Amino acid sequence: MQINLTVNGKARKAEVEDRTLLVYYLREKLGLTGAHVACDTSSCGACTVHLDGVAVKSCTLLAAQADGCQVTTIEGMANADGTLHPLQAGFKECHGLQCGFCTPGMIMTAADLLKKNPHPSETEIRVALEGNICRCTGYHNIVESILWAAQHSNAPLAADSHLWTNDVVAKEVVETA
Amino acid sequence: MSNKFIGQSVKRVEDKRFITGKGRYTDDIVLPGMLHAHFVRSPYAHARVVSVDTAEALAIPGVIAVYTGDDVAAINGVPCGWQVNFRSGETMREPKHPMLIATGDTAKHAGDPVAVIIAETKEIAIDASEAVNVEWEELPAIASPADALKEGAPKVHDQFPDNTAFDWTFGNPIEEVDAAMATAAHTTTLDFINQRVVPNAMEPRAYIGSYDNVSDKYTLYTSTQNPHLIRLLMCAFVLGIPEHKVRVVGPDVGGGFGSKIYHYTEEALVTWASKQLEVPVKWTSDRSEAFLMDAHGRDHVTKAEMGFDADGNIVGLRIKTIANMGAYLSTFAPAVPTYLHGTLLQGLYTTPKINIDMTCVFTHTVAVDAYRGAGRPEATYLLERLMDLAALEMGKDPAQLRFQNFIPAFDGVTQPGYQTQVALQYDSGNYHPVLERGLEMLGYEDFRAAQKEAASTGKLLGVGFSTYVEACGIAPSAVVGSLGARAGLYESAQVRVQPTGKVSVFTGSHSHGQGHETTFVQVVADKLGIPMEDVDLVHGDSDTVAFGMGTYGSRSLAVGGSAIMKSIDKVLEKGAKIAAHKLECAEGDLEYGEGKWTVKGTDKSIGFGDVALTAYVPHVYPAGLEPGLDFSSFYDPANFTYPFGCHIAVVEVDKETGKTTLKRMIAVDDVGNVINPMIVDGQIHGGLAQGIGQAMFEGTIYDENAQLTNGSYMDYCMPRADDLPMFETDRKVTPCPHNPLGVKGAGEAGAIGSTPAVVNAVIDALWSGGHKVKDILMPMTSERVWRAMN
Repeated sequence: MQINLTVNGKARKAEVEDRTLLVYYLREKLGLTGAHVACDTSSCGACTVHLDGVAVKSCTLLAAQADGCQVTTIEGMANADGTLHPLQAGFKECHGLQCGFCTPGMIMTAADLLKKNPHPSETEIRVALEGNICRCTGYHNIVESILWAAQHSNAPLAADSHLWTNDVVAKEVVETA
Repeated sequence: MSNKFIGQSVKRVEDKRFITGKGRYTDDIVLPGMLHAHFVRSPYAHARVVSVDTAEALAIPGVIAVYTGDDVAAINGVPCGWQVNFRSGETMREPKHPMLIATGDTAKHAGDPVAVIIAETKEIAIDASEAVNVEWEELPAIASPADALKEGAPKVHDQFPDNTAFDWTFGNPIEEVDAAMATAAHTTTLDFINQRVVPNAMEPRAYIGSYDNVSDKYTLYTSTQNPHLIRLLMCAFVLGIPEHKVRVVGPDVGGGFGSKIYHYTEEALVTWASKQLEVPVKWTSDRSEAFLMDAHGRDHVTKAEMGFDADGNIVGLRIKTIANMGAYLSTFAPAVPTYLHGTLLQGLYTTPKINIDMTCVFTHTVAVDAYRGAGRPEATYLLERLMDLAALEMGKDPAQLRFQNFIPAFDGVTQPGYQTQVALQYDSGNYHPVLERGLEMLGYEDFRAAQKEAASTGKLLGVGFSTYVEACGIAPSAVVGSLGARAGLYESAQVRVQPTGKVSVFTGSHSHGQGHETTFVQVVADKLGIPMEDVDLVHGDSDTVAFGMGTYGSRSLAVGGSAIMKSIDKVLEKGAKIAAHKLECAEGDLEYGEGKWTVKGTDKSIGFGDVALTAYVPHVYPAGLEPGLDFSSFYDPANFTYPFGCHIAVVEVDKETGKTTLKRMIAVDDVGNVINPMIVDGQIHGGLAQGIGQAMFEGTIYDENAQLTNGSYMDYCMPRADDLPMFETDRKVTPCPHNPLGVKGAGEAGAIGSTPAVVNAVIDALWSGGHKVKDILMPMTSERVWRAMN
């Protein structure tokens, strides 16, 4: 089937099998390999991307379900001039990653959290990360990274505006804010 | 030489690619014409392959080839890298571990592969695997190591009817230990299981074999911790292809924890298949396969006894253990319960007599091999559980019992190393300060007061201690060779100074999250007095890096870093000759610092870059000196290194439900000198989480047919962010006396110390509520804790 969608701000048109999962479309058709596949059961969150501004597990969505949607991946998080998103900067600043395999999913999940809750507590962060597994860091520095990002983000972190240039205003986010 | 970077929490150089989605893991690599492999695996833990019919699968469009066990029957199996013989002298029993099970042979664990589909896409390969018709004859199976030794137990290998791979004893003669134990005023006995756990690196294993028929050369991209070792094992032992015709690349690797050390059958198979088809062949494990096929860890059934005199001094330690090897002997498997476990039973204590009796058995399960800590967590679990339990039984304070039995401090320089009863000689140690600091961080007296108060409420409080020593920086080749290793355990390094003074460093170590690209560069930049930006680290490619042994056993900096230091010394030595010639002085008149050679007492100097350029443009040059500034070294350590530390857990147990909450996790570790504190803390954190995971959440569950019933992330519980507290860490520094950086290694410490601390804390909580239980089976689920109280 044919799908039309926007990925990291660019319009895309593709012919995909009905059964193609969004994550494989991103990885194999677009070469956006930042979203990783680490489980078969929607349990680990390594494949997390944003669909219309909301964090979703791209291994559990068909590419067809993204038809007409705005998709943002880890590759679309930094500004066009290379300035890192505050979460990307935070993960580096606070050593929030080791092997890096879970990192894109962690950042995408955390970005969703910070949109809804710009200044989360440690507990709120831990609860928000419940769907993402990291085997390297023991989560300690991931929590620190997200706290750092929350402290170092500018005004646009307000819940009703978007966090980074390539994202779009998300209807769902406005409603939950 | 002043240190600008060493000791600083320099932010990681490698992070940028990972936080922007530009990490390149094996599955991210796409080669032209690449085909995809999918395996047909045994649904049974033990079953004979009666017949395999591939015709229907081959007829599916897009299927290029289907290979069965009969196609590879003439090829060797993957080898074991360590030989431990029976105490009788009989040779270790080493069954063939074939790439695919042949007709008439038996699959020996669920997941054992019988055929492989090679197709244009992974989806087609998976579809086609459904069309391979295998007739199986199911046979009885066993999963538990204790069951393996029972009379009439199903046999894993027909030729080894008692299911025993080897048995082994170590330490003082058993008669001496028995005699010592007979003098004990109190003996603490503990029967326990150190359960089987799954490493679960987040990146599933992935391989691409690629054969080029023009150069007759193979390339294997592999998610491995040690590319050269894989090349050697695959070339020399499995496929019989010339080593110089094979390039093995370990690109970005998403965690290992031991599970990516080993040479796996799929690695050899994709390489072999790429030659058959003359196109690249990729295989990426899915998570369900990973649970079935990746080597697991631990899996000991143990009876441990520790004897004390009337004053609480340890008089003896007697251990009997059965360890599970799984169906086949994985690369390092025989070393783990023996020379990485029995040798650590001295712990931090002056125990005068120690004996371990070990039987290693085959079962119908995937292989067990080194998992973060590898043997040392098992040894520490045993010792530290005994110490806290003994303190409870004798009415002593668990911290004081440790202080009383600690080996006195020794620095390994002015004082000799400590000779244990179990072969190892500890290099340096100072054990009191780590426990003292831990108690201080805990606020011990206040805690005991709070615990007393809590005992009358609905929530019990408990504290658990664990003081550990481990052996890492593996290892002196001659020592491990005498203990059965079939490889040396040195490391290689090359420091290549480019003509412009920029530096490329090649290491045989391999980073899969440990931050080598930062830590190693900090060392080189400081020692050469140049900016970190001028130094790059190259690793993971057997075509560019000299033969190296890879990363495991907390060895990268202690062994690989030492090799780099040797090369730096050679660079500076030759550089001084060139500098002296240019400055027209004697080498002895020069001193090196801040990136330049200076004539002592003068302002005459020449910079590192100028010397480098001179080395490559040797117009004005010392007579007889070779051009170039590029040195390789191999470093074979003089001893293991022996980090140690104190881990303290505080738990709260709900009396009504048994629900256990980890309230605090304190870790005071002494890993020798530290190059990058931020990275060391990160390593400790990760280790703690895995150790806590084993205590509270993780563990395989096999049914009566030896089927793994929790082989997915939905069923196998690993710690998640909301299961853990913020960790409280601190460190002491007792340098390693025998390597140039004074470093010991930090990768495994967290996983070694934390598990018994957490279990001890729950036992302590239960005793505070009047429930005098000796043990709770790990993982300590709410149900198990509740049952212990009811």
